[in-house]
Amino acid sequence: MKLAVVAGTPGSGKTSVLMHTVRDLKKGGHSPALIKIDCMWTEDDARFRRLEVPVTVGLSKDMCPDHFAIYNVDEMLSWAEEKGADVAIAETAGLCLRCAPYPDQCLAVCVIDVTAGPNSPLKVGPLLTTADVAVMTKGDLVSQAEREVFRERILEVNSSCRIVEANGLTGKGAAELAEIIAGWPEISGEMVLRHNPPLAICTLCTGELRVSKNHHRGVLRHLDGFTEYTGE
Amino acid sequence: MKELTLTIRGGVDKDGRPDHIKEIEIHSGEIVAIVGPTGSGKSSLIADIEQFAQGDTPSGRRILIDGREPDLQMRSDPRKKLVAQVSQNMHFLADMSVEEFLRMHAKSRGKDPALAGRVIELANTLTGEPVRPDYPLTILSGGQSRALMTADIAVISDSPIVLIDEIENAGIKKQEALHLLAGEGKIVVVVTHDPMLALMSSRRLVMKNGGMTKVISTTAEEHRVFKDIERVDSWLTGLRETIRQGEVVA
Repeated sequence: MKLAVVAGTPGSGKTSVLMHTVRDLKKGGHSPALIKIDCMWTEDDARFRRLEVPVTVGLSKDMCPDHFAIYNVDEMLSWAEEKGADVAIAETAGLCLRCAPYPDQCLAVCVIDVTAGPNSPLKVGPLLTTADVAVMTKGDLVSQAEREVFRERILEVNSSCRIVEANGLTGKGAAELAEIIAGWPEISGEMVLRHNPPLAICTLCTGELRVSKNHHRGVLRHLDGFTEYTGE
Repeated sequence: MKELTLTIRGGVDKDGRPDHIKEIEIHSGEIVAIVGPTGSGKSSLIADIEQFAQGDTPSGRRILIDGREPDLQMRSDPRKKLVAQVSQNMHFLADMSVEEFLRMHAKSRGKDPALAGRVIELANTLTGEPVRPDYPLTILSGGQSRALMTADIAVISDSPIVLIDEIENAGIKKQEALHLLAGEGKIVVVVTHDPMLALMSSRRLVMKNGGMTKVISTTAEEHRVFKDIERVDSWLTGLRETIRQGEVVA
């Protein structure tokens, strides 16, 4: 089984690029299965089902979708196995940019939208810096020079990644991404995350609603960066 | 500049019917126009060339360089890229100054960042209102953006193949821009609705319903017509400038 984890900011075009990529994988004789992770609600699974491949949805509800995706990797893989797939593709919800939900053996794909401007690769963090492939979308909306500057910015933060210029509408770049997925090694044995997730569990995570700092315990950071511990 | 041949191998039109034109070869130094009604697939053909399609775009066309499939790096790495493009989308979204952006672009192409100054100088010969190095990119007008990108292609990208999409709508001096882009011995493919630009080319590829339907070589009669259009155009350009400068047409 191969595993590809596709992450990226909301609206960057992850689903559209994957639609074309899955078609190309099928054309190449592969059997992909898709796992869509989201928070509250998604209809991407309905789009994916049109591809006539196994599709499942995981909703993280009140939990962080990245954390949820991470500790559910085993379940995703055994589900894909059961469905007779040889490639499991997990699309994440992609929210806070603090986590990178990539296990070490997966093909880590970060989808990033060129219209977010050439400084955005510097802001995305581990989602991009630990990715194997950066997929640039919406490049048709800017000039070639701006695309090339964007590309240079990606390489500044992740010099070893493969860059794929893709277009979710026309399918440009999907064949290239499918080829990279198809050539990725199979996973075997235990996997670990490439990048550590955030350190703290805060009181808000456990259900506290009051906003004042008086009501919160644990490691708290002030706006000016000062970090303190309150509690037992 | 290195001589090369660009080959377009036919694919299919929007209904999946094969292109009438099975193959067209374009050589260094040639200007070829792509003509056809709106929605006929001109921009898609340009996109096929830009990404060196290998049967992996909706048209199924293949693009060959010197008769061979280009290697993957030629398709994507800007340092090895053979294609420069002036597209219809010329609005900048980058939050940078003109100079900072051009220096960054030169770096991405493996060129000297000091070329930025030369780009701005050249852009200002094509546009009415001058562009200054410290201007934020986002305040440039459509005409200024196109002038800047045209100059950028001539100076920084300097690729042997130049693709131009409807430069006539750019509000810049189109004939000068085309000459500048064509440079010495480049392959120029220009999408156009403009009779002057179409007749400046040696051949024109006609598009219909997404397919390549025929190739017309510019005739001797058309060359004569071109000379007439050129005169009309320079008269119109003069009038436009007079009106732009707030003067009265005499």
